[in-house]
Amino acid sequence: MFDATPRNLKDARREGLVRILFLLMTALLVLPVLLILGVLVAKGGSALSWDFLFTEPTDGMTAGGLLPALVGTIWLVVIALIVSVPIGIAAALYLSEYAPDNWLTRAINLAIINLAGVPSIVHALFGVGAFVIFFGFGTSILAASFTLAVMTLPVVIVSTREALQAVPQSFREACWNMGATRWQTIRKVVLPNSISGILTGVILEVSRTAGETAPIMFTGAAFFLPFLPESVYDQTMAMSLHLFVVATQVPNVPDNLPFGVALVLIGMVLAMNAISIAFRTWLRRKKKW
Amino acid sequence: MADQSPAAVEFADFSLWYGTFQAIYGVDLAVKEGKITSMIGPSGCGKSTLLRSVNRINERLGYVRTEGHVRVLGHDVYAAENSLVQVRKQVGMVFQRPNVLPLSIRDNILFGHRLHDGGKDAEDALLESALRQVLLWDDVKDRLNRRAQGLSLEQQQKLCIARLLPVKPRILLMDEPCSALDPKGTEAVEELIWELRGAYTILLVTHNMAQARRASEECVFMLMGKLIEHTATDQMFVSPRCPETADYIEGRYG
Ligand SMILES: Nc1ncnc2c1ncn2[C@@H]1O[C@H](COP(=O)(O)OP(=O)(O)OP(=O)(O)O)[C@@H](O)[C@H]1O
Ligand SMILES: [Mg+2]
Repeated sequence: MFDATPRNLKDARREGLVRILFLLMTALLVLPVLLILGVLVAKGGSALSWDFLFTEPTDGMTAGGLLPALVGTIWLVVIALIVSVPIGIAAALYLSEYAPDNWLTRAINLAIINLAGVPSIVHALFGVGAFVIFFGFGTSILAASFTLAVMTLPVVIVSTREALQAVPQSFREACWNMGATRWQTIRKVVLPNSISGILTGVILEVSRTAGETAPIMFTGAAFFLPFLPESVYDQTMAMSLHLFVVATQVPNVPDNLPFGVALVLIGMVLAMNAISIAFRTWLRRKKKW
Repeated sequence: MADQSPAAVEFADFSLWYGTFQAIYGVDLAVKEGKITSMIGPSGCGKSTLLRSVNRINERLGYVRTEGHVRVLGHDVYAAENSLVQVRKQVGMVFQRPNVLPLSIRDNILFGHRLHDGGKDAEDALLESALRQVLLWDDVKDRLNRRAQGLSLEQQQKLCIARLLPVKPRILLMDEPCSALDPKGTEAVEELIWELRGAYTILLVTHNMAQARRASEECVFMLMGKLIEHTATDQMFVSPRCPETADYIEGRYG
């Protein structure tokens, strides 16, 4: 009575095949990640040392450390986020919580999504025109950070808006219905329930910002500048550009040096992500249950 | 309708459009103070829309347009000089699915009170009296600081009713408050609604004819955006005036 028909058997075979196919694709996805990390550690691990992290490069960048680049990237990322995150979140709140659903709002949303797809080299040119020349920041940390901020802004807006829209409409209705204003609703219900999603978006942006080379190359990052920046009007070295330089532009670099720089860059991004994740977990814990 | 008690909610030639689609056609209706009025009618006839016009919660949708008047306790809620926040304080709403906030039971109940700058000292008393009024106090008094979403649906719906009470509304709008509940929960919430009669004016949308009959004093029948009949519940179910009402009550619509 419960014997499998030929049709059942065929379906079962197909089911197994599809499953294995998807599993293979997943493996294919994980493999490069593991390979990248493996190669970096194998080839660059020997370059790592205390001095590598905390001294300036010497001998035409073929020896010494990468401290100025490390510090420079932290400056760039932090200032870029300080500029883009509040603006991005405010804009996303407006678009998701206040703006009426009409053609103008839809046009703005479309524009933002398209802006997120603009290549970073285009942002670089915009940064030169706007911040270096028009606002007169010169090639400086400030100009480079603002360029990065402009580049990350649309992505912050899009990801924040998605996080906000994941909050059930019924929560908002419950609040309005008790006489809460939009802002009270946002503060007491919408933000607390979307903050981890918003932070996830911001975390991804940190990684992208730290790794970008093009937008900072013309606006504030220096090829070789073995001092720590003293103000936001200074130029600075940055990890991503430094990696490009030691990997391709400087002769006689020891083999392990570029890989060491790459390893530190990845470690830095992972560290920043870890901090944000810890912050997110702490925020969740703070709720009483 | 020669009745002495004043109207708590009054629709005067009220029409509503969603974009170009007209959902409500010139409704005139006076809901009597302190009574339970049920609204029945086939799906899509505009019951929810009419209910949601009283506290203007439809307005978030940018494309809603209204004509005519809705007066709550004599004041036009669509008039510019009346504060929407004050209107919503007087008019509480209970939704189809219990929509407790992801907060503790305590914070849920006191949410409205805190919004309206209620004093801290009054909180405990308000909390207890609200929960007692909805017959929930004994069930939850030991776990007021636990998350409200852990309660059963029936308890959540009672909580949603209790949550409205601390700001002392005069009118409660209920949109199919029992449709997500099992028969036992339905009975419990119905009993509760019946208990609240007199203290609040209650406007109750329901699909359940038996519920309308059991749990209301006045009954409104709607069809395709129009108000067809409004009489005492007993009379509506025994001798409806309009043939459409009779058809509906006898189950000749879907
Ligand atoms: N947000 C909306 N946008 C556009 N049309 C809507 C919207 N909400 C309701 N409508 C339309 O308005 C009419 C009345 O809807 P409403 O929800 O008020 O009916 P209802 O009587 O409550 O139905 P039900 O018994 O199914 O809950 C329906 O034809 C519906 O399609
Ligand atoms: Mg409805």
